[in-house]
Amino acid sequence: MKRTLEWQIATVSRIKPETAEVRTLTLALPDWTAHRPGQHYDVRLTADDGYAAQRSYSVASEPERTGEIDITVERVPNGEVSPFLLDTVVVGDRFEVRGPIGGYFVWDESVGGPILLVAGGSGVVPLMAMLRHRAATRVKTPARLLYSARTYEQIIYGPELDMLASQDGFKVSYTLTRQQPPGWKGYGRRIDDAMLAEVRKPLGLEVVAYVCGPTALVEVAADGLERIGLSADRIRTERFGPSGT
Amino acid sequence: MPEKFVTRGFVGRREPAGTQTKRIPPGQHLVKDFPVLSAGPTPRTDLAKWTFRIEGLVKEPVSWGWNEFQKLPAQDFVKDISCVTKWTKLDTRWRGVSVDILLEQVELDRRAAFVTAFSDGGYTTNIPLPELVNGQAFVAYGYDGKPLAPEHGGPARLVVPHLYFWKSAKWVRGLRLMDRDVAGFWESLGYNNHGDPWKEERYTGD
Repeated sequence: MKRTLEWQIATVSRIKPETAEVRTLTLALPDWTAHRPGQHYDVRLTADDGYAAQRSYSVASEPERTGEIDITVERVPNGEVSPFLLDTVVVGDRFEVRGPIGGYFVWDESVGGPILLVAGGSGVVPLMAMLRHRAATRVKTPARLLYSARTYEQIIYGPELDMLASQDGFKVSYTLTRQQPPGWKGYGRRIDDAMLAEVRKPLGLEVVAYVCGPTALVEVAADGLERIGLSADRIRTERFGPSGT
Repeated sequence: MPEKFVTRGFVGRREPAGTQTKRIPPGQHLVKDFPVLSAGPTPRTDLAKWTFRIEGLVKEPVSWGWNEFQKLPAQDFVKDISCVTKWTKLDTRWRGVSVDILLEQVELDRRAAFVTAFSDGGYTTNIPLPELVNGQAFVAYGYDGKPLAPEHGGPARLVVPHLYFWKSAKWVRGLRLMDRDVAGFWESLGYNNHGDPWKEERYTGD
């Protein structure tokens, strides 16, 4: 299929704060097409003198929700586009998008499983689309999420992840690398091989792994997954650097 | 493209005065760091087992080990690079061997018109042969005065600076000469077959 991805004008229909520096925008799309969980859209903002900036944002929502997508945006310090999306945009605003894009860092039932998801910070966003899709379609693929955040307050989608983890076949493990609340029962260190092995163990070795986050975390986690016995061709990565968005 | 759709309230961050904005392709923005992107784990290749091979439509395939490759005439290259994920980096400094030098070592079949670059980990990318010659591409093993780091494609990567950077295959292990164009990894997954940043050839159909 050789379809050109045309720009279309999205309308912000809802805004949901996630953490102090993260919020989710729901975008109503006139030309919506179903995405594969893990895919992204390009956003193009144009100033009145014609200056334009483009960035990519992963879709956070599941494709079962038709006509709209969620993108979850984290503030990049000194960024150009993310501060605008966090501070200036209000419901009813419109901007250009095109997508969905990307055909490798995607999961649906055709890929199979079990699936092991490893997220750092806002790297959880495309993985959330996979988990929401899994829940919406009631597929039984066993799934684990290992989610590294600096502090408890910086966990995105926490209540929803905990709700999903009360259902069959999915568990979430958190690691808080900078500060842990009193009585914290999760991990409290950077991701390492022992942690990956513990989270992976109930799934067996025939897992498909998806790792998304800052480059340093992805390097450690992807290398670690190979060291604990996964073959490289079952490890899919997506990285964003300091200048990613 | 019809008339531009102006985004309410968006001003944007213009590059400071003196920036060579004419060197930034459309839809791109400048970065000072060097972002890393790849689809899977970073391969770590033992240099004792590393080879670089030219195969396919050539009279005799040729293959160099790491030490032999280091003895080929090397050059320094200063190039602007653009990644399809929207970043552009100016004046990146590389050391490596021109593809022209490599192709001098083989006799090309006259049907050879396309090249598939292949890498450790199974990555491939396709480039028309005329876009790899006449000083347009090189195999780099040095970056900024140091050996090329593994996450940036070391020990060696192809560099084709006039195309989006996914064409500059990391961990490259050889070039396969072909008579037809075969889509590579990203080219099969929704990305443009050619990838010229100045024409914004990002995705299929652009």
